[in-house]
Amino acid sequence: MPAVGRNVLRKEGTGKVTGAARYVDDLSFPGMLHGTTVRSTVASGRIRAIRLEFDPSGFVVADARDVPGRNVVALIEDDQPCLADGRVRHVAEPILLLAHERRESLLDARVAIDYEEEPPVFDPAASPRVFKEISIVKGDLARGFEAADQIVEGEYVTGLQEQLYIEPNGVIAVPENGGMTVYGSLQCPYYVHKALVVLLGLPPEKVRVVQTETGGGFGGKEEYPSILAGHAAILARKAGRPVKMVYDRVEDMLATTKRHPSVVRHKTGVRRDGRIVAMDVDVLLDGGAYVTLSPVVLSRGVLHATGPYRCDAVRIHGRVTMTNTPPNGAFRGFGAPQTQFAAEVHMERIAEALGMDPVRLRETNLFRPGDTTATGQTLGEDCSAGAVLRAAVERTDFDRRRRELAGSSSGIGLSLFFHGSGFTGGGEVRLASRASLELTATGARILVGSTEIGQGTRTIHAQIVADALEIPYDSVEVCEADTGLVPDSGPTVASRTCMVVGKILENCALEMKRRLGSLSPARYLALHGPLVVTREYEKPAELAWSDETYRGDAYGAYGWGCNVAEVVRDPDTYEVRPVRLTAVCEIGKAIHPVLAAGQVEGGTAQGIGYALLEEVVVRDGRMANAQMTNYLVPTTLDTPPIDVILLENPYFYGPHGAKGIGEMPIDGPAPAIVNAIRHLGLDVREIPATPERILGAPCISR
Amino acid sequence: MKRLLDVLREECGLTGTKEGCGEGECGACTVLIEGVPVNSCLVPFAHARGARVTTIEGLNGSHPLQETFVSEGGAQCGICTPGMILAATVLPGDAELEEIRTALAGNICRCTGYEGIYRAIRAAARARPRQGDPQPASRAEPGADAER
Amino acid sequence: MRTAMSRLTLVEPRTLTEALGILHEDPSRTPIAGCTDVYVNLNFGTLPDTRFLDIWRLDELREIALDGEVLSIGALATYADLIRSPLVEERLPILAAASREIGGAQIQNRGTIGGNVANASPAGDTLPVLAVAEARVVLASADGVRRVPFNGFYTGYRASVRRPDELIAALEIPQLSGRQWFRKVGTRAAQAISKIVMAGIRSRSPRLAVGSVAPTVVRLPETEAVLAAGGSIDAARAALAREIQPIDDVRSTAEYRRRVAENLLARFWRETA
Repeated sequence: MPAVGRNVLRKEGTGKVTGAARYVDDLSFPGMLHGTTVRSTVASGRIRAIRLEFDPSGFVVADARDVPGRNVVALIEDDQPCLADGRVRHVAEPILLLAHERRESLLDARVAIDYEEEPPVFDPAASPRVFKEISIVKGDLARGFEAADQIVEGEYVTGLQEQLYIEPNGVIAVPENGGMTVYGSLQCPYYVHKALVVLLGLPPEKVRVVQTETGGGFGGKEEYPSILAGHAAILARKAGRPVKMVYDRVEDMLATTKRHPSVVRHKTGVRRDGRIVAMDVDVLLDGGAYVTLSPVVLSRGVLHATGPYRCDAVRIHGRVTMTNTPPNGAFRGFGAPQTQFAAEVHMERIAEALGMDPVRLRETNLFRPGDTTATGQTLGEDCSAGAVLRAAVERTDFDRRRRELAGSSSGIGLSLFFHGSGFTGGGEVRLASRASLELTATGARILVGSTEIGQGTRTIHAQIVADALEIPYDSVEVCEADTGLVPDSGPTVASRTCMVVGKILENCALEMKRRLGSLSPARYLALHGPLVVTREYEKPAELAWSDETYRGDAYGAYGWGCNVAEVVRDPDTYEVRPVRLTAVCEIGKAIHPVLAAGQVEGGTAQGIGYALLEEVVVRDGRMANAQMTNYLVPTTLDTPPIDVILLENPYFYGPHGAKGIGEMPIDGPAPAIVNAIRHLGLDVREIPATPERILGAPCISR
Repeated sequence: MKRLLDVLREECGLTGTKEGCGEGECGACTVLIEGVPVNSCLVPFAHARGARVTTIEGLNGSHPLQETFVSEGGAQCGICTPGMILAATVLPGDAELEEIRTALAGNICRCTGYEGIYRAIRAAARARPRQGDPQPASRAEPGADAER
Repeated sequence: MRTAMSRLTLVEPRTLTEALGILHEDPSRTPIAGCTDVYVNLNFGTLPDTRFLDIWRLDELREIALDGEVLSIGALATYADLIRSPLVEERLPILAAASREIGGAQIQNRGTIGGNVANASPAGDTLPVLAVAEARVVLASADGVRRVPFNGFYTGYRASVRRPDELIAALEIPQLSGRQWFRKVGTRAAQAISKIVMAGIRSRSPRLAVGSVAPTVVRLPETEAVLAAGGSIDAARAALAREIQPIDDVRSTAEYRRRVAENLLARFWRETA
């Protein structure tokens, strides 16, 4: 019986329900010290003096001078120091590291730092520094607007969002074999590996990164672990002993990356019949103090900024700028939730302006196979925008329900969205990801750098390999994500682990099957010795993309989604509560239906928090509510029943037709909920739509 | 004044109990004291003296919830799972959805949207109806308990 | 954990008399019970206290009983105890309602009403209930027992008339008449700290109390007078607006708190009509 498409027993399940799974804070090494970070308390300035106000005996103290290699967090640009060297650019910037055998002793280690403060930049629109600017142009915008009967304009705002994985960031650095091994809670072991090689000035083979069981990531453990691993490694090198650094919740919230805040402006030309004829979109993201991943977040943001709608005259302009706040970074969706929130609330406003039914408006404009996107990509038969919209409207009896609720204290709204799977444009080519498959006496062992962070990586990879090799699922083992053992399969991000890495593995398995011929694994090993098949990402020949012009096939495939949200408003407290959320997602193929539904349910719940609850309060560049008591994520009582419908329209180059799934579910809930609030007659254009914002929202004039 | 959480993790080596926030908000450190769910990050060890404390290890992998949390998608990253399962053990077998939601409102899961957790609890109830036996987990094998 | 725990000391008396004796000798010790507040502050490193007196095991302070017409609630009654108590449900159902909205099950199993009163947060969820119930706080010390009206208990932000050598032993609830009403507003449906919390009793002399709108929980005598005199709800709203001093903080805004407090007043009046 094939494994794909069935709910086989998860490879990574048992340890998590028995307590046997070891997360980084559950590990200890002989002679291990505990490390802590002394951070900036000002947003911008020069460091004048650092004074240790404690007896340093028994402590290891490290600063920028202790960096043996280059003092940078190597990522896209090397502008972020691992430890501040002379000046600071955001609150919570790491300056000094301390380690001690007793964690408690670190609490008494007072360090005074004198700054010469400089005026900080907090407004991204007024920032003197642009990290990245991207323009996408299609057709003739001026002529498009000339053909319009009406022009609708609007500005839409989204706030910071904290990933709030329940396990905070943590690593242990262990000096060994003349090099450094780091164990940690992380998504991308080879990102950390690359950063440590540069920071420590060591040859690659002297650095080893091992992912420990990871208690959630959502992007928050994509790039951040590189700086934390660097800190632990600097201390461990100086101490000559293992050093553990595990953040508490406050430090994790104050210091680590969050979703970029955005301001998106739309100006849209539309004809009386609802046809959109011109789209002009301006995207501004707040990058924080250093570049980190901001250019790529902006890229995904602008590539999704039109929403899933065809238009022959499009201009999208995006920029991400510097502010003196902690760097913003990867978070599930990666720019697309921001821009699609704007696009979908704007669509609702166009429908209101035309007096048109919101479903009809979307039907009129949605992408169909053969349509071209803003970058000129021609969509294939796996384009499912119409199918997900129809399924959601039917499932919820949307038209009838919308009429029934009109004028009541309940509202219903929808959102239509898409999400590119895998890296943007030429990104997958540059990554050149590799995966390996090793023959074992009873089957095969998977060797990939992809990490299990809750999504079920090991399970789905094993399913794909089992079916390609035509062996039982239980005969496939999965090696731990240890850079000493597995090749670089690229980062575990961007909804690429199934579609991209899974496909490479499938190719490995097919080649292994050819090599085996009619021999059993045991027989092959006896006759020919060990067999390891390694394959690299192969770009589908017809995909073409230019980073210079931003023209071409931005993504190999897109997932398609439609959300319908029903909300109820309390007229006295201005609270809006979601009562039901329907999520239709077209994902190519559900390799493991329970895991796939879990991705949609979880992403949807995070989207509900993004829409209504999750507000990072920033004062003077510092998160003022860095506690779980005051940064509110949805509990059981805040999360309505989530009705998931998975549709499958296969992508030719995905394993069994699979596309990406992990990120897309978070794109839809915020606009669907805000559109349901608009159905209540309230003009909300900013999230989170907290009761305080609802109170201030004007009524929609009809 | 040591926290029960630290005694369990550092002195008993029972690392299945997790710390997510240290402020009683996330519920990842939930254990049972005499069958009653508490946040072990807010309990002084002194309050567990002489009491039966049940951690995830004390369920011995044999509680029906431990199977259904895997099969129904109740666990994703797993960090909230031990606390979530322990909090769910006190639910009666015939608990309605609203009762389940209320009982678990002190356990935050960031991965599942809770749907998989509800499925797991209902599936476990079907596997072993437990009416009239509201606190089975506190009767776990004594050898696996951290008794002090 | 940002507090050096090994430096903290805890004494564990077995009886109330012993506990009061310890406090008499050394009133600087901080009494603790369910610990749901104390460990939060220890975790953040914001609690300077290092010497504690554990009263959790003093079962004599746990009883919920009727003493004549007075409902006596031991200070150590947990929120779970209050939710389950038939006496509370019969006499002061809004106390059970408030308890249901505090934290999750784990907090309800440990947090105590005495702790909620002693912690003296302006956002304490049971406090408006005790205010409209005109509860008495029973304070015990080695010198004996004294009773103070709950409405005179707080003297300012997190300050009360409790002497350091005194323990809160119980809350006494006199017989009440009229329809009781309670509403808590937090951004989240569960595990939220109140942005506004209101309790009311509708009778010939209506009573109304609000939390999170002033340095302490407040009764609203002027608003109550307007209602008692049969004034319009708009007049009552105006009076309420004069009687509260809400502020902007990380959880909400002064404007929101003021508007919602007024709306809840109207709702109280509507729903208890």
